[in-house]
Amino acid sequence: MPAPSTVKPVSTPDNRVVTLPDSSRITPGRVIRRETLVGWLFVLPALLMYSVFVLLPLLLSVLYSFFRWNGVGPATFVGLKNYLTVFQVPDLLGTISNAFWLVVWFSFIPVGIGLVVASVIHRVATGRFGAIARTILFLPQVIPLVAAGIIWGSLLSLQGLVNQALRVFGLGTFARAWLGDFDTALPAVGIIGVWVLLGFCTVLLLTGMTKISAALYESARIDGAGWFREFSSITVPLLRHEIGVCLTVTVIAALAAFDIVYVTTAGGPGNATAVPGIQIYILAFTQRQVGLASALAVMLMIMVVIIIIPIQRLSRVESTQ
Amino acid sequence: MKRKIGLILSAVAMLSVVFTTAQTPRAIAADSGPSCGTDPVTLNAYFETGFDIPFKLSEEFTKQYPNVTWNISQDQFANLINETPRLLAGDNPPDLIRLPTIVSFAKDGLLKNLDDYATAFGWDKWPVPQLNQNRVAEDGTRGSGALYAMGLNYSLTGIFYNKKLAAQIGMTEPPKTLAEFEDLLAKAKAAGLLPIMEWGSAKSGMGLAFPLQALMASVGSTQPINDWIFQKKDATIDTADNLKAAQHLEQWIKSGYFPPDINAIEYTDAAARFGKGEGVFTFNGDWQNAGYDKDLAGNVGFFLMPPAEDGGKPAAMSAPLTYGIAAKAKNADCAAFFLNWVASNPTARQIDVTIGGSNPGGPADAKMPAVTEGSVTNDTLAAGPVVGKAGTSMDFIANATSSIFAQGWTPELQKMVGGKQDAAGLLKAVQAEYLRELAQ
Repeated sequence: MPAPSTVKPVSTPDNRVVTLPDSSRITPGRVIRRETLVGWLFVLPALLMYSVFVLLPLLLSVLYSFFRWNGVGPATFVGLKNYLTVFQVPDLLGTISNAFWLVVWFSFIPVGIGLVVASVIHRVATGRFGAIARTILFLPQVIPLVAAGIIWGSLLSLQGLVNQALRVFGLGTFARAWLGDFDTALPAVGIIGVWVLLGFCTVLLLTGMTKISAALYESARIDGAGWFREFSSITVPLLRHEIGVCLTVTVIAALAAFDIVYVTTAGGPGNATAVPGIQIYILAFTQRQVGLASALAVMLMIMVVIIIIPIQRLSRVESTQ
Repeated sequence: MKRKIGLILSAVAMLSVVFTTAQTPRAIAADSGPSCGTDPVTLNAYFETGFDIPFKLSEEFTKQYPNVTWNISQDQFANLINETPRLLAGDNPPDLIRLPTIVSFAKDGLLKNLDDYATAFGWDKWPVPQLNQNRVAEDGTRGSGALYAMGLNYSLTGIFYNKKLAAQIGMTEPPKTLAEFEDLLAKAKAAGLLPIMEWGSAKSGMGLAFPLQALMASVGSTQPINDWIFQKKDATIDTADNLKAAQHLEQWIKSGYFPPDINAIEYTDAAARFGKGEGVFTFNGDWQNAGYDKDLAGNVGFFLMPPAEDGGKPAAMSAPLTYGIAAKAKNADCAAFFLNWVASNPTARQIDVTIGGSNPGGPADAKMPAVTEGSVTNDTLAAGPVVGKAGTSMDFIANATSSIFAQGWTPELQKMVGGKQDAAGLLKAVQAEYLRELAQ
């Protein structure tokens, strides 16, 4: 945070400690005010950008959500009507339940596998091999999601590489258009999510592991602990903060998913992979109902915050203990 | 730099003087109505990326009217849908723009009312259905009222077939009734061929809307379908005839007449796979003619969806390649003159047919341009007047509202493919979505 609170003791550049508020001593107050001002000046550019490109659109979205507006013509104030209408959006509950299924694929699985992979790399693969493994795992993060989605689309098509491989191994009966089948479309999208997010989680967790004191592992080994015991009693508890960050980022990626879904299935077949992000896009840009789309977006944001706060709190409480 | 521009401008001015004197009859004709004049004009245009027709037409237009130059921006159709309102309402409104839809823009007063031009150029004397789809009444229904856009050409849909594969199942001439067509589909299936290639991914939108609408017009009449598309009061898609049509489609799906992975097939994949010989038939429009001619040279034919009864009228979906003029456009007269030129100038009509494959429209007595022998365009151009004479052309059921395709037809037809929706449920679900969208 930029400006120090004026009631706390603050150290000035010449290392004097001053305490506020104190109306009888004017000079330190002035120093503090100047300090505060300088602080605000430093923060100003970032604050300005943040306000214009994040806070303002956010507030505007909230504002739009109370209007009926097609994006161009006159806007009519409709109060909370958009929020009631949102519930009539076809299959809204379906899209939210799809989003929660994506949490399993985008969040739990990458974090779970990421923990195991990171601890294996940490224990076994030090040096050059470890660096190569990290790089390869992280690579999907560097590839544009849209390009990755298109490639995955062709891999998972009826004549794609996945089905060719199945046929080679005599499993041709399982071959199908993975992204076009009602039963497999959502898991197929989920697997693309695992591919994208596993590297991110692994690298983040691995970085956390390097901060854990080697002495802890050593003493555990002296006590006869095996890999799993080390993993469950030292690694996981001490990584709670990193796990919290991973979960936060990936849960948001799942709940607000748009790009991967849009380029692979566009929500189909039926509404099997429809997520709130796709609905917001269709409402805003195809139906040109900016107010309704904003209402759904605000509700999605509230939903994300409600889910993220406990994760954040959990990881913080544990890490301060 | 300034000098260079000055030189170019004077050269342009000189050229235009030369051309206007050389082409006196046209200059005189232009005097009698809206025209591009003789002073330099720069038309501000927005075209759709990936479609050559407007670009080639604009080049030819400048050749014939050198005082007119173009400032062309282009974008993907999907982006145009999002951008159009801002472009029309912005500070530099386009003189000519490809319009994805017209009703809301017309209602918001963003599009120029073209009625005066229609009178001046005599468009109102052209065969009626051409202009109807671009008319918007005051209550926002399409099909009648003021004219807000024109077509660069008029597409036509029907059934394309692979001649070699069709011969293999004993088809010597196009089927005359729905029953004959269904007989051919059964024969194709029995011969181990894919009867119909079609696309169905939500990314392209569900292609089964084509055979479904063709079936609707085959078993019923086109009027209620058009009423529904034009949002006439109390119109419904859930009619007894349409139910019959949807049941036919459901039966086709259950009989395995479409590819098993249809829900994952995109438009371009379906066109490419048909071009490689997968599928005896495919429901599509004449915009794909050039592609089919290239992939299956001399081996692709076209016929209109046959009626249910022998001797009935064949029907087809047909839509203008819609272009409009912004209400605040600076060169509206010149843009309208261009639209008139596209439909009436022989070279422009030739470009329209050669590159677009579609009917250039225009006056009833206008000469149809020549087409390469063996091209499927011969078949589609010949079919146009049949539909025109029968008065059975329809707009697309996918265009009834802005998102009825994305939110109604596509997911519900995909469910039908997946065995999760039946004919009656399909129509009910789409009608509910239609009413929901109209109520908003």
